[in-house]
Amino acid sequence: MNPTPTTGDELPADVRDLIDVTQHEELGEFPVERGYVFTSCASVENGNPLFWDDAVAAEVTDGPIAPPTMLSVWFRPHHWAPGRAGEKLPLQVHFDLKARFDLPEAVMSDNTIVFYEPVRPGDVLTTCQRLRSVSAPKTTKLGTGRFWVIDVEYRNQRGELVGVESYTGFGYRREAS
Amino acid sequence: MRLLSEIRAGEALPELRHDVTPTTVVLGALAARDWRPMHHDYRFATERNGTQDIFLNTPNQAAWFERYLTDWSGPLGRLGRMKFRMAGSVFPGDEMVFAGNISSIDTDATGCGWAEIDVQLRVGDRVCTTCEARIALPIDDNDNPWARRGEQWRP
Repeated sequence: MNPTPTTGDELPADVRDLIDVTQHEELGEFPVERGYVFTSCASVENGNPLFWDDAVAAEVTDGPIAPPTMLSVWFRPHHWAPGRAGEKLPLQVHFDLKARFDLPEAVMSDNTIVFYEPVRPGDVLTTCQRLRSVSAPKTTKLGTGRFWVIDVEYRNQRGELVGVESYTGFGYRREAS
Repeated sequence: MRLLSEIRAGEALPELRHDVTPTTVVLGALAARDWRPMHHDYRFATERNGTQDIFLNTPNQAAWFERYLTDWSGPLGRLGRMKFRMAGSVFPGDEMVFAGNISSIDTDATGCGWAEIDVQLRVGDRVCTTCEARIALPIDDNDNPWARRGEQWRP
C-alpha cells in the first residue's frame, strides 16, 4: 500500500474545508480506572510493577498511572448506553470519511502516538479530532479508495496535554470478484 | 533498571515469543474496549473482511509493544513516542515474535536520555508490524524520566 497522503484540488470542497479543523470535542464517558489497567496488562502479560505495585508507583510515578498505550481506551464509547440512538463510533472522522466517499471497508495502516503527561486513575480526559490530509483515489491489493490522516489530541481535567495519536487510514471498496 | 550508559546503538533486545489463541485476540480487543466484530466474530472477519480469521487489533498491538519495551527497560523506562505500521495481521494459531534493535541513543537539551528502538512483530518469516519507539532511560542512578514535566519532557 502507498500510505503517502496528499491534499489538493481534487478533493471535494466540503472535505477540503475540514482539513485542520477541530472536530468532535468530547469528554470521556468514564474516569480512568484501574480495572481496565489490570485487564489491559493481563491481556499482554505486562508485569511492569508500576501498574501492579503501589509502592513502586508511589516511588517512581508519584502514584498509580495507566499504561501510556491505553490512551485510546479511555475514549472508546460504551457499546450501548441508555437513550443512545444507534451505535456511537470511536474516531468519528474516520467513519465520516467512509460515509462521505461511500467506501464500505477500511483499515488502519499507520499509527503514531506521542505521550506527554501520565494518565492517572480518576482522570477525566477530553479529546478532539483533526483531519490532516486525504489522498487522491488509490488502488491497493485491498481495493480502491483513499488514504487519510487523522490526529486525536487528549487532555486531562487540568487541560494538560497527555497525548496525541495520529492515524493513517485507508477507506476502500473491494474489487468485484 | 537499565541506564542509558549501559546500552549501545546496534544492540539487540531479547526476543519475546507468544502463542496467539482466540482468547489472546478477544481479550486484547475487550481490554481496549474495541467492540468491532473482526476482533471476535470469525464469520464477520472471514466473510466480510476477507481475512483468514479474527485478528489482533491495533491498540492491543500497541500494548504488546509497550510490554516488550518495558520488560527490557524496567519501570523507569518512559515511552515518549511510538510509530507503528501494520503490514499484515496476527491470527490465532500464530506464534508472535517481537525482536528489537537499538538504532540510536542520545541525550536531549534538557538532559533527558533517549533510546530509539526498531521493533518488529513477526510471524514466521512474515513481518506483521514494525514499530519505531523512542523511550527515555535514566542517565544515572539518581535520574527518573517520569519526574519530567512540561518543557523538561520532549518526546
